Amino acid sequence: MTQETGETMLQSRDRATAGPRDRVVLNLPELDQCVHCGLCLNHCPTYRVTHLEPESPRGRIHLVRAVAEGRIEALDPARGTPNERFAEHIYLCLMCRACETACPSGVQFGRIAEAAREVLGPPGSPMARRLARLAFTQVFPFPRRLRWLASALRLYQRSGLQRVIRLMLPRRLREMEALLPTVPSRFFAPEADLPAIGKRRARVALLSGCVMSTLFGEVNNATVRVLRRNGCDVVVPRGQVCCGALNVHNGETTAARRMARRNIDVFLDAGVDAVIVNAAGCGAAMKEYGHLLRDDPDYAERAARFAALVKDAGEFLAGLGLVPPSGRIEMTVTYQDPCHLAHGQKVRAQPRQLLAAIPGLHLVEMEGADRCCGSAGIYNITHPEMSKELLTEKMAAVGRTGAEAVVAPNPGCMLQLRFGAQRYGPALPVFHLMDLLDRAYEAKTDC
Amino acid sequence: MARLKEIVGPTYVLTRPEDVVVYEQDAFLVARALPDIVVLPGSTAEVAGVVRLVHEAGVPLVVRGAGTGLNGGSIPIAGGVMLVLTRMNRIVELDPRNRLAVVEPGAINVDVTAAAAQHGLFYAPDPGSQTVSTIGGNVGNNAGGPHCLSYGVTGNHVLAMEVVLASGDVTWVGSRSADHPGYDLCGVVVGSEGTLGVVTAIVVKLLRKSQAVRTLLAAFETIDDASQTVSEVIAAGIVPTAMEMMDGVVMAAVEAAIHAGYPQDAGAALLIEVEGHPESLPRQMKRIEEICRAHAPRMLRTAASEQERLLLWKGRKEGAGALGRLAPSYYLHDGVVPRAKLPDVMRKVVEVGKAYGLSIGNLFHAGDGNLHPIILFNPREPGIMDKVVRAGEEILRACVEAGGTITGEHGVGIEKREYMRWMFSDADLMAMQRVKRSFDPDGIMNPGKLLPVGERPDVTVRPAMAAGMWT
Ligand SMILES: Cc1cc2nc3c(=O)[nH]c(=O)nc-3n(C[C@H](O)[C@H](O)[C@H](O)COP(=O)(O)OP(=O)(O)OC[C@H]3O[C@@H](n4cnc5c(N)ncnc54)[C@H](O)[C@@H]3O)c2cc1C
Ligand code: SF4
Ligand code: SF4
Repeated sequence: MTQETGETMLQSRDRATAGPRDRVVLNLPELDQCVHCGLCLNHCPTYRVTHLEPESPRGRIHLVRAVAEGRIEALDPARGTPNERFAEHIYLCLMCRACETACPSGVQFGRIAEAAREVLGPPGSPMARRLARLAFTQVFPFPRRLRWLASALRLYQRSGLQRVIRLMLPRRLREMEALLPTVPSRFFAPEADLPAIGKRRARVALLSGCVMSTLFGEVNNATVRVLRRNGCDVVVPRGQVCCGALNVHNGETTAARRMARRNIDVFLDAGVDAVIVNAAGCGAAMKEYGHLLRDDPDYAERAARFAALVKDAGEFLAGLGLVPPSGRIEMTVTYQDPCHLAHGQKVRAQPRQLLAAIPGLHLVEMEGADRCCGSAGIYNITHPEMSKELLTEKMAAVGRTGAEAVVAPNPGCMLQLRFGAQRYGPALPVFHLMDLLDRAYEAKTDC
Repeated sequence: MARLKEIVGPTYVLTRPEDVVVYEQDAFLVARALPDIVVLPGSTAEVAGVVRLVHEAGVPLVVRGAGTGLNGGSIPIAGGVMLVLTRMNRIVELDPRNRLAVVEPGAINVDVTAAAAQHGLFYAPDPGSQTVSTIGGNVGNNAGGPHCLSYGVTGNHVLAMEVVLASGDVTWVGSRSADHPGYDLCGVVVGSEGTLGVVTAIVVKLLRKSQAVRTLLAAFETIDDASQTVSEVIAAGIVPTAMEMMDGVVMAAVEAAIHAGYPQDAGAALLIEVEGHPESLPRQMKRIEEICRAHAPRMLRTAASEQERLLLWKGRKEGAGALGRLAPSYYLHDGVVPRAKLPDVMRKVVEVGKAYGLSIGNLFHAGDGNLHPIILFNPREPGIMDKVVRAGEEILRACVEAGGTITGEHGVGIEKREYMRWMFSDADLMAMQRVKRSFDPDGIMNPGKLLPVGERPDVTVRPAMAAGMWT
């Protein structure tokens, strides 16, 4: 190769540094770290299904890079609407971050994808985009509105209206409707004072979470009991709001930042040793508050301090040293790694350690335990086909283990796996890790 | 175009810039070029149909597997149609009795080994990219891997292949039995980098797993100590199944990526593996350790468990990828030297790095004398490419002068086509060109690759999307 070729090659790597806003926003340092080796390809669920490079991590990074270089437009230069084909590739991604675990170069793909989505805005048709924006800015930041919506849903499910409506819906909507979880009769409503049982070892705050508190109130109660039995004073600060993960994943960052600032204030004021999260998606998002607010001079430092306090419930208990439960649970279970726990927070060993500490419980690993189940926030609603493909593969893997139950410490995964168990079988229960620990402790007090 | 869609289905014909732009580059980081159309066929019949159409249209045809090649072989420098074979990934037949497997070209290397493992067998060539690269791509580049020291490269493990010729005709080369009469066309097609035809099925040999394996990690103060150890092990008549070297630069990156327990501050380390009968291994290991000790090792550690062994190997295999942690880009070279000359040439590599002020990492198949000096750089630095290219050239020249070659396993592609002249006379090259012509008379198959004939390729980047292209 001669000098001359060397020079043309140089041009080929030059990055445009000026240009429209989207181009500048997407000129991310993370892009430089990708060396195009492809080692992530087969860890990516959407690539495994499609075998198409544009639906792979390397392909998506290359696409964003092409936008940064001004070779592809992310937005229609005249109207400012998203380039649909580009948006399809970016939004078919599950944000599962399995590619981050696989990447030897340490590319933080999640940040690249979030930035791309921030430029594009929420996915779907103009109507869906408007609805999404409405939900992200007007509902999620307000716990009372969320509860109100959940109560309305509960009424719909109990009144018999559901059965009537189901008959009237077209097929596609009926499938979406089937994904609606059953709303339990009680929401999470903790008492003010939840003192440690036994020797006091820490003071912690619990994120009650928007989905957790409305649909999984019982899991929150179980988490509180388990923490107390492990010597923790628990507080559930009033005034906390949804973590904002769904917003960030779907290209809405203004309300997301507002919610983050609110949570930071509320939790830092509580003066605790740790902020406990029992939903993997929320935990991953809250650990990223430092990144989300990096350009906010008033909050950057507080955000980083807050992020360091955030701990997944399983991660925290394993670190603290679990008080061994003496009650037995005779059961064979398999463990599903929630993406935002295994890939997002690198927490894999700790939940398994805790399961192993339960007398009588037997853990059998499934094939591809850390592969996405297809839930991925609202992905099962926005991309039903891909989601279904991943879910059927997942249920088959679960079936091959012969387990009697699945453990998945994240509400999204629990809903999806319950749906899978009901629709495709094997028909088995799905537990949160905290459910089982709580049962093990309770079993002891019973006898 | 409509006919292409008829053959493979509309989903698998890509023309939009937002689809084809991702196929402009493989793992060769210094060049790229856009294909006009990308087609993903699902069967041999579909491949044949597409090739026939392309042949009629007289446009270039480039084949791509996983796109992990390091020589730019799958970059469509002349545009045209790109045939991506990732959908043809089935293992068609597994015959444990005859120890062979028939696979489609898009089958992934590790998937073949995983399928064979059920029968106590494995597929020997194990490139660092084995978790993604395809058997078709392995054949295209005649890929090697750490264990090729005793097992041989891809070419030694391919028995027969189904090939779609440039005309669209389907033919078989080689045979399932070891010896067959006539020309060894299998040997011609292996390593042909997609310039002769499209490989659509491959019959590969499977080997029985050996009874026992030992893996030793030996760390040294300097690269020189490690190189001399390699020369002496080979001179002593010992043939480990693998003998890999990693220098301090690479070790630091790998350790940051996967925490395999490589020493952080040593000058170089060797990963040595021996296989065989459980009784004979300790004797071999002892002999190897003695040689290592003569060079004042910093550390000698034998993997205590299979888990530890796999982790050490993971570090080796993903080493190149981990270099993204040290610099935004790198140029991974590939050259071969006679093993006795290894210490000399390694000294030369270090000198070249100093002379050009470039940081060079080394991670390679030392037992084979197959070097991989990796030049780290930041492409945003003005004038850097020129320096990187010239430094690389000097290293490769040193390999050739020492009696070696310009590529051990990564192939020629666009990267090294001009260097072919260092090794072959015009008459040699013409003979090769005539072989190509007999397979591909019109020159549509992967033009501009492998042979230094015709115009030098232009690798200037074109915009993916023309202004006002909103359809
Ligand atoms: C991290 C990393 C580590 C690596 N380690 C090694 C190593 O240890 N040893 C080694 O040898 N290489 C190594 N490589 C290089 C590369 O992985 C191999 O060359 C591999 O064989 C390429 O396979 P692929 O499927 O990606 O093929 P591609 O890159 O897609 O194609 C390679 C070439 O083969 C041709 N081709 C592909 N499929 C066919 C087909 N069906 N018929 C005809 N021609 C075809 C293409 O046109 C091209 O010229 C490494 C690469 C990376 C990124
Ligand atoms: S593994 Fe990492 S460096 Fe390699 S292609 Fe994927 S994202 Fe890029
Ligand atoms: S986040 Fe998941 S779906 Fe998205 S590119 Fe990475 S591995 Fe693929």
